[in-house]
Amino acid sequence: MLKLSRYVLYDILRSRVIITYTLFLFIVSMSLFQLEENDSKAILSLLNIVLIVVPLIGMIFTTIHYYNSYEFIELMLSQPLSRTRILMSEYGGVALSLLSAFFIGVGVPVLLFAFDETGLALLFTGGALTLVFTSIAFLASVKARDKARGIGAALLLWFYFALIFDGLVLLILFAFSDYPMEKFTLVLSALNPIDLGRIFIMLKMDISALMGYTGALYKDFFGSNTGILFTGGIMLLWIVLPLWWALKVFRRKDL
Amino acid sequence: MIRIENLSKRFKKLQALDDINAFFSTGQVVSLIGPNGSGKTTLIKSILGMVKADSGIIYVDGKKINGDPSYRGRIGYMPQIGRYPDNMRVGQLFRMLKNIRKVPDAALDTDLLVKFNLASIFDKPMRTLSGGTRQKVSAALAFYFNPEILILDEPTAGLDPLSSEILKEKIMQEKRKNKLILITSHILSDLDELTTHVMYLQEGKMIFLKDIETLRKETGQEKLGKAIAHVMKGGKKEALWIDEVLALKETDKND
Amino acid sequence: MRVYLGIVFLLFMTTGHSRTIIAGQGQAIASLKKAVGLAKDGDTILLKNGTYREGNVLITRSITLIGEANTILDGENKHELLTISGRNITIKKIQLQNAGYSALNDFAAIKIIDAFAITLESNTILNSYFAIHVSNTTYCTIRNNTISGNPSTEQLTGNGIHLWKSSHALIENNHIQGHRDGIYFEFVTESVIQKNLSEKNIRYGLHFMFSHNDHYLGNTFKNNGAGVAVMYSKNVRMEQNHFEENWGPSAYGILLKEITDSHISNNTFLKNTVGIYMEGSSRMEIQKNAFRNNGWALKVQASCDDNNFFNNNFHGNSFDVATNGTMVLNKFYNNYWDKYEGYDINKDGIGDIPYHPVSMYAMIVEQNPNTLILMRSFMVSLLDKAEKAIPSLTPENLLDDKPVMKPNKL
Repeated sequence: MLKLSRYVLYDILRSRVIITYTLFLFIVSMSLFQLEENDSKAILSLLNIVLIVVPLIGMIFTTIHYYNSYEFIELMLSQPLSRTRILMSEYGGVALSLLSAFFIGVGVPVLLFAFDETGLALLFTGGALTLVFTSIAFLASVKARDKARGIGAALLLWFYFALIFDGLVLLILFAFSDYPMEKFTLVLSALNPIDLGRIFIMLKMDISALMGYTGALYKDFFGSNTGILFTGGIMLLWIVLPLWWALKVFRRKDL
Repeated sequence: MIRIENLSKRFKKLQALDDINAFFSTGQVVSLIGPNGSGKTTLIKSILGMVKADSGIIYVDGKKINGDPSYRGRIGYMPQIGRYPDNMRVGQLFRMLKNIRKVPDAALDTDLLVKFNLASIFDKPMRTLSGGTRQKVSAALAFYFNPEILILDEPTAGLDPLSSEILKEKIMQEKRKNKLILITSHILSDLDELTTHVMYLQEGKMIFLKDIETLRKETGQEKLGKAIAHVMKGGKKEALWIDEVLALKETDKND
Repeated sequence: MRVYLGIVFLLFMTTGHSRTIIAGQGQAIASLKKAVGLAKDGDTILLKNGTYREGNVLITRSITLIGEANTILDGENKHELLTISGRNITIKKIQLQNAGYSALNDFAAIKIIDAFAITLESNTILNSYFAIHVSNTTYCTIRNNTISGNPSTEQLTGNGIHLWKSSHALIENNHIQGHRDGIYFEFVTESVIQKNLSEKNIRYGLHFMFSHNDHYLGNTFKNNGAGVAVMYSKNVRMEQNHFEENWGPSAYGILLKEITDSHISNNTFLKNTVGIYMEGSSRMEIQKNAFRNNGWALKVQASCDDNNFFNNNFHGNSFDVATNGTMVLNKFYNNYWDKYEGYDINKDGIGDIPYHPVSMYAMIVEQNPNTLILMRSFMVSLLDKAEKAIPSLTPENLLDDKPVMKPNKL
């Protein structure tokens, strides 16, 4: 598996997109820390990068990479390699390169300038979201018939998770404001990995405000060991399930 | 060596393969012929596991091909249009596949590599190669691992006459080693000297699979093309393409 | 006049025929009760090391009671320990523990009633219902004491330092934890509370009612159930205090209710759910405070008027200001807001466009607290941006029209 991933990685590095992405993240993060008066404001801007840019680039990059590697995949298919292994190698190569880009581009500046709980939570979330959206993008690519549809699907999914979902949550919360919605919002948050990551960071960044929430439910839940396991577990599910589904589709696909 | 039982495959409206039954054994050179869209490539891809059949079973060496991909280690495949990762260099491509198949250097067949003088372009990226050169690379790769089964999809299309001749010689040579060779082609003259068996497909149906001697006897025709034409004429409605091929043959003769 | 008389009286007593009575286990006078019975005005009782279980001891004469390193009065969970009523009485270096609980009486480790010029210094009070209970007393000094309760429920725990109907008190350098309210003032005037640390109390770190003309400075109130409450008072000065990590649905750095003509300056509010919550308060000067990492730096209810917020710094708060109405009768100016995105073309250090500290999302959360789960989401920031472009929900005249570009020097 690693052997194949190595070739995938090599191919990705050759295209230089990933290097540009790393540089972009690094320059933005560094300049945020340099320009802003206080680090908390820089962290706030980084939060938006982690929650919005990382999933978007992850999705688009993965989808384009998948279609660009079609030949490679075809070639590998005629070799004594299982389809699972081929797709997992692709996933490994893409995920590893995106993760490295994130950890070099954002991780290094954060460790230099904001090495605290919030910073670490940010890195954890960024890493997890990279893996999640790589998985989702693989699913979209494997299911879509051609490149245009694949990228379209990836963009739509990103738009849904980054914006539309929260809009729906807001609508639901106002529509049912007369009912006790605390537990329900908890469930809702698990349905969107971006929200889950955001709440995880909020617990460090906005702990004071969260404590003001009636019964401090979120803090009690997400702050407890159960909550951390829950967050980690759901994130893991968000990584594994789309990938597993993608594998299932890929194994039955005609190429 | 390869046994196909009740193989069917449907792509949306197109019945690509319709209840195919066949048996190929060592020492045979089987010509898969039929008009465009008759299912030749689908059949080949099914054997390679790239297309998943709707029903039916394929055995290679007595084993079902679903599951363990190791049987592909014994197949050399030359695709109709060789597509390779753009950024990969020719030399890397050979090294990578060697790495994947884990074949010791001594067991490699570098015959075509030498004859096509591919070593001279080892550091050229795949994307810079012409269609013909790509075909040479594909051919060299198919024979590289000295496989027991060779599957060649339109092997001489796009090759210059000299290279085409080299390839044909190579096929003859392998035939003498008692290998199973499956070739699709619609230029019948190319196959004349090589073929031991003919499998004729039309609209996904196998019209016949016969050895060349039987065919000659039945039709009284020496030349393969004429023999087939005879079968067709004697049989049902005449396929236009046979006429085309025969016309080609006639002009060949007249030259 | 009373003060003057008192001091003269004190001088007379000490320069007169004062004795030191050494009492305690192994001494001729073995019990505290006996020593107190023998002591005359101006005497000093030195109580030797040991644990004394003598129930309630009443002190009425002007004496000084001093303990050693391990002088312990134990109430066995049923008695009030020291009851003091008189003038010029000092209690020093005694450890008082296990004072009893009573549903009818406010039992305390040290209770002071109708007294004058009392000093409690360097005592340790553990596991009592009320620790120090003062009523109707003038010139009381409570200094360097360590008070630690065993917090259970709000009903079963009394206050750490409780003052009622007193004046001219000085509460200084005490460490209070684990009580209902750390420091409780009701009808206490002309008093100073300074440099105390009040933490981990069940309800308020400081609870303050009907107490005018008081001054509290340099205290730290940390991690109390509900922070600090200051109510129904006027002319209060609050300076250089730290309000930290007062977390909870109804926890505030300071809760101000019906406070008028008071000053809040140079305080630090760090990581509180709400930095300052104000209702029904008027004519307050709130200046030079630092608000950092609070959930809400300020919650100003519409019932407040004529208050001035200036020269404060706001950093990293989830919400800067929230309010429940659209009428705004308070002024904000020259504050530093880290969320300000304006510019300063003429380089005078003051932003050229006003800052609106109440965001659209803050209004939404006020209406529907569940939406707090959407904080920092892309959608919320879009909403806020849209609202900034076309204000509709947020109070239009709640603004800082002279926001400073760089943090104020505090």
